[in-house]
Amino acid sequence: MPLPVLLMLSMALLAISIYAVAVARQPGGSRRVYGAALAISTLALILTLTHLLTAPEPVTLTLPLGLPWLGAHFRLDALSAFFLIVVNLGGGVASLFALGYGQHERAPERVLPFFPAFLAGMSLVVLADDAFTFLFAWEFMSLTSWALVMAHHQEPANARAGYLYLVMACFGTLALLLAFGVMAGPNGGYDFATIRAGDMSPGVATAALFLALLGAGSKAGLVPLHVWLPLAHPAAPSHVSALMSGVMTKVAIYGFIRIVFDLVSQPIPWWGGGLVLALGGITAALGVLYALMQHDLKRLLAYHTVENIGIIFIGLGLAIAFQANLMYASAAMALTAALFHVLNHSLFKSLLFLGTGAVLTATGERDMERLGGLIHPMPWTALAFLIGAAAISALPPLNGFVSEWLTFQAILLTPELPQWLLKFLAPAVGALLALSAALAAACFVKAFGITFLGRPRSPAAAQAQETDRYSLAAMFTLAALCLLAGILPGLVVDGLGPVVGLLNGEARLVAQHNQPWLTLAPIVDAKSSYNGLLVLTFMALSGTAAAFLIHRLASNALRRGPAWDCGFPDASPATQYTAGSFAQPIRRVFGSIVFQAREQVTMPPPGNGSPAKLEVKMRDPVWDYAYMPITTAVVAASTRANDLQYLTIRRYLSLVFGALVALLLGMALWR
Amino acid sequence: MALIMDYLVQGGQMLLMLLLAPLLTGWVRVLKAQLLRRRGPSLLQPYRDLLKLLRKEVVLADSASWLFRVAPYIIFAAIWVAASLIPTFAGGLLFNWTADLIAIVALLGAARFFLALAGLDVGTSFGGIGSSREMMIASLAEPAMLMVVFTLSLLAGSTGLTTVAHFMQVADVGLRVSLALALLALLMVAIAENARIPVDNPATHLELTMVHEAMVLEYSGRHLALIELAASLKLLLYISLISCIFAPWGMASVGEEGMVYLVGIAAYIGKLAVGGFLLALFETSIAKMRVFRVDQFLGAALMLGLLGALLLFVSRSL
Repeated sequence: MPLPVLLMLSMALLAISIYAVAVARQPGGSRRVYGAALAISTLALILTLTHLLTAPEPVTLTLPLGLPWLGAHFRLDALSAFFLIVVNLGGGVASLFALGYGQHERAPERVLPFFPAFLAGMSLVVLADDAFTFLFAWEFMSLTSWALVMAHHQEPANARAGYLYLVMACFGTLALLLAFGVMAGPNGGYDFATIRAGDMSPGVATAALFLALLGAGSKAGLVPLHVWLPLAHPAAPSHVSALMSGVMTKVAIYGFIRIVFDLVSQPIPWWGGGLVLALGGITAALGVLYALMQHDLKRLLAYHTVENIGIIFIGLGLAIAFQANLMYASAAMALTAALFHVLNHSLFKSLLFLGTGAVLTATGERDMERLGGLIHPMPWTALAFLIGAAAISALPPLNGFVSEWLTFQAILLTPELPQWLLKFLAPAVGALLALSAALAAACFVKAFGITFLGRPRSPAAAQAQETDRYSLAAMFTLAALCLLAGILPGLVVDGLGPVVGLLNGEARLVAQHNQPWLTLAPIVDAKSSYNGLLVLTFMALSGTAAAFLIHRLASNALRRGPAWDCGFPDASPATQYTAGSFAQPIRRVFGSIVFQAREQVTMPPPGNGSPAKLEVKMRDPVWDYAYMPITTAVVAASTRANDLQYLTIRRYLSLVFGALVALLLGMALWR
Repeated sequence: MALIMDYLVQGGQMLLMLLLAPLLTGWVRVLKAQLLRRRGPSLLQPYRDLLKLLRKEVVLADSASWLFRVAPYIIFAAIWVAASLIPTFAGGLLFNWTADLIAIVALLGAARFFLALAGLDVGTSFGGIGSSREMMIASLAEPAMLMVVFTLSLLAGSTGLTTVAHFMQVADVGLRVSLALALLALLMVAIAENARIPVDNPATHLELTMVHEAMVLEYSGRHLALIELAASLKLLLYISLISCIFAPWGMASVGEEGMVYLVGIAAYIGKLAVGGFLLALFETSIAKMRVFRVDQFLGAALMLGLLGALLLFVSRSL
């Protein structure tokens, strides 16, 4: 009976939204709203988790809502259960965080009503089982998140971000609408069961793939459709940023998987997989390079979301390519890797955004150049953020490493593919993936090191205080889950089994729970294995043994003194490395090609005491080569069309007549 | 009984690596000095340095945080665990399946992550310069290393190091272009990762070109000892890795015991000596390059690794 209960819970969230309008301005109102959202999310999480782990049989329900001839169809299967877990976990933790964080909100009436509605919207997208309900919920999710992005609309940057977000969301929904349109065909069977059972021509399948890439890809942040994401995600309050980056992008991935792996009844051609694979690789590498160039902490995290979406799409592209060649065992590996990364990214990206929220509350700053030294006043936030940073940098024994390891293993299976293009593409994408993993580590050394380490660069950073208990509880819940998923990956892979089976013609990875020592060994005959638990144990043992022996047998004396710095310590915190200077070598190596980064040093003439200047110019290739031509063309076309506004009635009539004749002629010739 | 023996061999290997690491560093230093016609320090000097450092008190900068004090232990633990997963004198060790080659690369990445953070912790300009450059070098060296891993695992059919080593030892591998490219890339990565000339100079101080030394500038006492030991272990790790893949002769296979182990240990020490000699010879015969030439050096390594992997995608026999 979980499906009706889940729908009731979504309705309850909507009811809380209405209640929130009434209590938003009252003291304690935000506590009540977030508390209720937390309770509902936890309940829904438990329900979906038990459903996925016990009886992953699809359950359907039709309600007499929506279009009269269609009704509203809902369905809970393994795929939607998995994504519901992601949604409710993220939603619950964000609500827990907001119990403390929401107290600092300047305009609670602009956040509180939309927050539960946003959660409900995401749940309904995942539960929808017909095109109308799906698109309705999708638009509802987009609009509520747009309202949350615009919560602080007085800042001009936020208003611009909101506008861009709205444009891209409309574009994405249009693409999805067309995708459902072509799949339903002229008979118009818009419920998913009919689409799934229907006959599709290969052309329709390809068109659906392209439209799903455009529609879901623009919401997820696939390059070059990502431009709105790094503007919109940071503009929202931090717990909403966590939801948008950690969870809403996953709902977009859900849309892509639902259409491409479930609804399309024809096999997608292999080159479709190659396209997704190449896009994923480019997205991963470009996303992390963009992230490295940022010094706004939230924008850095948002660009990092783009990178991780790329990694997920690499897995999905490989799965499409394997399925096109009927290699279902290999496809199971690629799908498991992608889904595992979906879960992982929702965990650590939410954690990092929440950590940024804590920093923002404590200092009022998100510009790294004005932070620093926060590990001293905020040790617990720093620890949680460090765990998140290590996890997203794919360091063992945390969870990010496991999903990247699985993705690498999937790439290593590609020599079996018969198509030459894929054979060449796969190792190149592997190199891009390795590059983005290494750059991600650099990026998070920068993010954590400049923000939390060193000496404070501004008075606000020097006077920061540790955040509240609710926020810490939320962050440490996620940090603990990052560690758990990293040391017990076999259990997660087993949990993903039914999902992979549903999408992959019942082929899935071998069960991992009976492997010795809880090792992850996905392919039996390859003997590639990884055991996070033992790696953690060994590291903990050797580290503590070394510490114990040294402190016992050698010396444990310690003295504080000024920093050494080769004999030239400078008291000014401005002499430290900044975010910009940390990224300078990488900007010089990679940025000079990708962003055409140019540095110019202006030295004052000898004898002049004025400071020297370093100017860095960078160009965004996506804006320059993808969006600017489109904008220019649109502006040019509308200027031309402007002439039509000032015609006489006679000319309008002749235009109408001309158009009619042209249409009839066209019909006659085409027939 | 067999299980106890397995534990003993695994533990023995871990201890052996820990004990041999400073010796290898000392060996390379002696050879370099001799090649420069200097007398050089004693072979045992690294041990004496470590003991001296361990007994000294730690002078901690005022602005250092808890991370600065924990990082040496994490770095040491990560590198030691990575090193102990590499088959040295015997393959098929008890815990070899714990982590494959990718995980070993990632463990080294974890050590580097914390070292770079420690460099930023005190908030000095030297620490920052070291961390920033180290991450730039790593951003090219790590993918190059993973490409080598790709090449090897495509040949051996597994990313498990024992399987790869066993494959190279037993199967008729022969001379292959892809392996030659992989070896070249691996050597270049090993030089960069261990901060050797021409990428970095392990012997410099007070020079703007230093990378690794700049990061650890603020460390003293037992913390510095651990970091120095970890650096030695890393050098030992890379030479062991190269020798176990490309020169697996004399290594005891799974199931062999007794005398074979002694032969294995002798062969291993011989390989380390040769590896150290070649490193010293290479280092004395080349000049250090500018920091912004390093990306070309490592970019070449990355391309060589990618080319090696691509050749195997074209044909398994290349």
